[in-house]
Amino acid sequence: MPEVLKAPLVLEFPFTRSLGPVQSAFLTGLRERVVLGVKTGDGRTLVPPVEYDPVTAEEIRDLVEVGTTGTVTTWAWNHEPRRGQPLDTPFAWVLVRLDGADTALLHALDAPGPDAVRTGMRVRVRWAEERTGAITDIACFEPYEGDGDGDEGRQPAAHSGEFEDMVTGIVAPARLDYVYSPGRAQTDYIRGLSDQRTVGERCPSCRKVYVPPRGACPTCGVATSEHVEVGPRGTVTTFCIVNIKARNLDIEVPYVYAHIALDGADLALHGRIGGIPYDQVRMGLRVEAVWSEGGRYPDHYRPTGEPDADYDVYKELL
Amino acid sequence: MQGAAAMREIAVIAFAQTDHRRTTDELSEVEMLMPVLHGVLEQTGLKTADIDFTCSGSSDYLAGRAFSFTLALDGVGAWPPISESHVEMDGAWALYEAWTKLLTGDADTALVYSYGKSSPGSVRDVLTRQLDPYYVAPLWPDSVALAALQAQALIDAGDTDEPALAAVAARSRTDASANSHAQVRGSVPQGDYVVRPLRTGDCPPVGDGAAAVILAAGDRARELCERPAWIRGIDHRIEAHGLGVRELTDSPSTRLAAEKAGAFERPVDTAELHAPFTAQEVVLRKALRLGDDVRVNPSGGALAANPVMAAGLIRIGEAAARIHRGESDRALAHATSGPCLQQNLVAVLEGDPR
Ligand SMILES: [Zn+2]
Repeated sequence: MPEVLKAPLVLEFPFTRSLGPVQSAFLTGLRERVVLGVKTGDGRTLVPPVEYDPVTAEEIRDLVEVGTTGTVTTWAWNHEPRRGQPLDTPFAWVLVRLDGADTALLHALDAPGPDAVRTGMRVRVRWAEERTGAITDIACFEPYEGDGDGDEGRQPAAHSGEFEDMVTGIVAPARLDYVYSPGRAQTDYIRGLSDQRTVGERCPSCRKVYVPPRGACPTCGVATSEHVEVGPRGTVTTFCIVNIKARNLDIEVPYVYAHIALDGADLALHGRIGGIPYDQVRMGLRVEAVWSEGGRYPDHYRPTGEPDADYDVYKELL
Repeated sequence: MQGAAAMREIAVIAFAQTDHRRTTDELSEVEMLMPVLHGVLEQTGLKTADIDFTCSGSSDYLAGRAFSFTLALDGVGAWPPISESHVEMDGAWALYEAWTKLLTGDADTALVYSYGKSSPGSVRDVLTRQLDPYYVAPLWPDSVALAALQAQALIDAGDTDEPALAAVAARSRTDASANSHAQVRGSVPQGDYVVRPLRTGDCPPVGDGAAAVILAAGDRARELCERPAWIRGIDHRIEAHGLGVRELTDSPSTRLAAEKAGAFERPVDTAELHAPFTAQEVVLRKALRLGDDVRVNPSGGALAANPVMAAGLIRIGEAAARIHRGESDRALAHATSGPCLQQNLVAVLEGDPR
């Protein structure tokens, strides 16, 4: 079996998220070096705060200020930081219960090594120099020896949650890297295209020829494997006229996008129609693929000049 | 379950899984999936057209493509009048949906499948995208790091220690020697720390795989299967998404799901637990009150093969298959999803008395 194709695939998306009143207050507070929590109905203080009580699901809004020092409730030593994590030198992941809080916040602890970390140790917030109203405004935690200005025993103090210029949304960038492989059937199809051939696959059960093939007959649910070369000519079965120019696409509008049943195929694929005024494209028009120099798939399809196909010939392929 | 007497009897009647492997580059998702779909159909003699309801589980984030499950649908003959649904979760939750569909009486048979190809991406990073997007995901804590926090909490609580975790890993991989589908089998070194206190051996292998089961109701199940694995109860529960709100050394959602599924009414002889990390088995054994007399993960469990999105369904399938083979009379199957056992599903399966 020839090797399957592989290519890098990078997904990047900047999720823009709006914040509710509680999250807005919390993240704006971080920008101002203030850590806020929220009171539950049973009097616990949740840090980081949420808008609904995790036990009763009641809406909660009573904000309180807690300390910027706290206690590690559990930890894990991360000797190989990964992209996007708070520190690029080895660090400990920690859950920290800030003084005055009843729940713990996840973050990183900057420590020289695992021997310097233990559950129960005292830590304090190290603020990021540039703060925008995000969880990363806490750069990390650092060990705190307790020289008297800590907040141990601190009681949460009521806070309005109001600051100037409230942060009402965050942009959370995400990036994931993949090495994409299309599998055996689509690899065969793409390899065929590199020789300017269009190769479909026949279903062993219903005998239909699928193009592009995906390795399975969607009607019968069985594997397809018999290669069948289709085209290079085909018939326009249906089409639409595109009037809006796509960004980064160097095609004059209006143009025609069509379903094209290549000769020998039992499924229409789609492509652009060129070489004919857009308002003269019609169902039944006979077309053939046009390959551009070095192109890896047909650039467009143009009329062959043959008489139009009879409707009965392609009506099953609409 | 309340009012169990009035409910339809529903059973797992067939189970198939792929050989789970580190990579399956040569196969698209549907190509990987088709053999298991055909496998369960052949076991029952059913054809795709005989299936009343189809439900699948998978994740676009593993594939890196939107609506990736629609391509996999090619493998089931997705042709009208197919009745079909999908959950963006482990297939165990797809099975739950199928079970409720059968309970309504609208369907007598259901095909449930799930699949995951972790090999194209980095599953440790991919799974960060299921975390709270405001407070947690921007820090990119990977799945091993979060499991390691849970493990340390257990060690601090005196519930386990590193040698005990290594013993869980060793027992799982030794048991997997008898499972030809497993990815990691036999004696495996415990290895170096990945995120301390978890070592390589405490973590699941990363791999690709798929699984399928068929459910059938009442007499239809008896016709199609010699010894149906009757689902006596099934329930799933969730805990707060904030890790610092939860008690990481316990799993109250698992216990509650088990209680609602009837797991504590009588002892089980087998438990297939979806514990991708060794320390999570410690948590689940405690939550489920499993004694040493219960055979835990005879398949090797998720430490031997953890195709993400299929590993939970496989637990139900493995438990059912032991009942089919007469090796178990009453088995518990558990599936999890989310960081540190956030969501948990428990099913209780029984064979007819012999
Ligand atoms: Zn077919």
